[in-house]
Amino acid sequence: MQHYSMNLKLKVWRQRNANDQGHFETYDVENVSSEMSFLEMIDVLNERLIAKGDEPIAFDHDCREGICGMCSMVIDGRPHGPWKGTTTCQLHMRAFKDGDLITVEPFRANAFPVIKDLMVSRTAFDRIIQAGGYISVNTGNAVDGNAIPIEKDKADASFAAAACIGCGACVAACKNASAMLFVSAKVSHLALLPQGEPERKQRVVNMIAQMDKEGFGSCTNTYACEAECPKEISVLNIARLNKEYLHSSLSAD
Amino acid sequence: MNWSQLFTSSIGKKLVMALTGFFLVVFLLVHCYINANVLFSNAEENFNRAAHFMGSNILIRIMEIGLFLGFILHIVQGYKLELQNRSSRKSRYAVTAGNKTSKWYSRSMALLGTLILLFLVLHLVHFWVPSRFGGLAEVEYDGKTYHNLYAQMQDIFSVPWVVVVYLLGCFSLSWHLLHGVQSAAQTLGITSKNYYQTIKNIGIVFSILVPLIFALMPLFVHFGWQINTGDISLLF
Repeated sequence: MQHYSMNLKLKVWRQRNANDQGHFETYDVENVSSEMSFLEMIDVLNERLIAKGDEPIAFDHDCREGICGMCSMVIDGRPHGPWKGTTTCQLHMRAFKDGDLITVEPFRANAFPVIKDLMVSRTAFDRIIQAGGYISVNTGNAVDGNAIPIEKDKADASFAAAACIGCGACVAACKNASAMLFVSAKVSHLALLPQGEPERKQRVVNMIAQMDKEGFGSCTNTYACEAECPKEISVLNIARLNKEYLHSSLSAD
Repeated sequence: MNWSQLFTSSIGKKLVMALTGFFLVVFLLVHCYINANVLFSNAEENFNRAAHFMGSNILIRIMEIGLFLGFILHIVQGYKLELQNRSSRKSRYAVTAGNKTSKWYSRSMALLGTLILLFLVLHLVHFWVPSRFGGLAEVEYDGKTYHNLYAQMQDIFSVPWVVVVYLLGCFSLSWHLLHGVQSAAQTLGITSKNYYQTIKNIGIVFSILVPLIFALMPLFVHFGWQINTGDISLLF
């Protein structure tokens, strides 16, 4: 593929802090290489802003290799941009062409308040995990990893669910700002394994209770979450979550 | 946790939608089956006898109360969920993905439901009110008197704009079901890797077939069409 450089217009959401109203600002970004990542393109823009004495655009990022779940932002209406199964840090500028106007917004949901510019607080997810997204283990010698046999298809399904990096794109994409894909991935990941069995019933009930408390909307099965998930988590996990919840509620002591 | 939370949590509210939705789907099947009499030979007598059975059978009359409750629950809960879901994102996006990531009808269930509700009110006024509270002509078969609900149909469907409204009602119903059937299965947790496509396909077939048969009824009655089946009737 031919390398090329382009001139872009960037319409970016600027918001000083959580209490600020926020507004869009448009920037011209010249000489953008098609081989840059989207975040590198913002880095370049930020260097220019700093050189001019302006406030750089705040955005979340960490590993920049698509596995940490820190980067976010909604690019032209798509969380993590137009590429399928890709985080913003792995989105490259060859997705765009010369002269494009790109609108960049933060993830928007009541449960994800904006901290600054494109950064949102996703601590609601942390509190959902604290409510049940774990297994309790005894201290002592490390257990032999292969001591408990697990069916291959269950191990595979669990692993596929565990691929969720908790970035929150599902919430950002959902018209209801629902967190069901995230919670379903975390519940499925543990419910499918024998290690998750002891806390299985309490886990799903507590995590859903916390999810409701955080102010996420409820799922209407439009499946926009699955389409936007950078790890392509399947909505079949949501069906499993519903089943787990029904089962746990009906058989509660 | 106690079991009542099962119906008040976010999943629980969806569960109410799914259960009442499936109940209404069963009603649609029965309604469609009975009314399909008007498409075939001897439509007047067959349909009037079938309607008489539905109106006089005590079990079905009790079910009718359940049906009204099912409708009301589905409608009220649907609107409550819609409002709640809308308010979970107070600041809106400047640009949205639209049809790139989801189907328009899956995002428009409240709108489609509202259209169906408007149709339903009209439909009840046209047929349910006169058959329960009087105002229908009578007809005699084998010395027994029956309401002539078929004549009411001919009367109502003689007006072209009414036929058009009924067709639009069926159209809205079709889109609503196209998302609704598989969505209800997902909410009840029936969907899994092995059945995903099957459930989707059942939903698609149902949501096209049933509204299509319903849509044929006002057309057949308006134009006086009938499929010749001799003396055979679907029921009675």
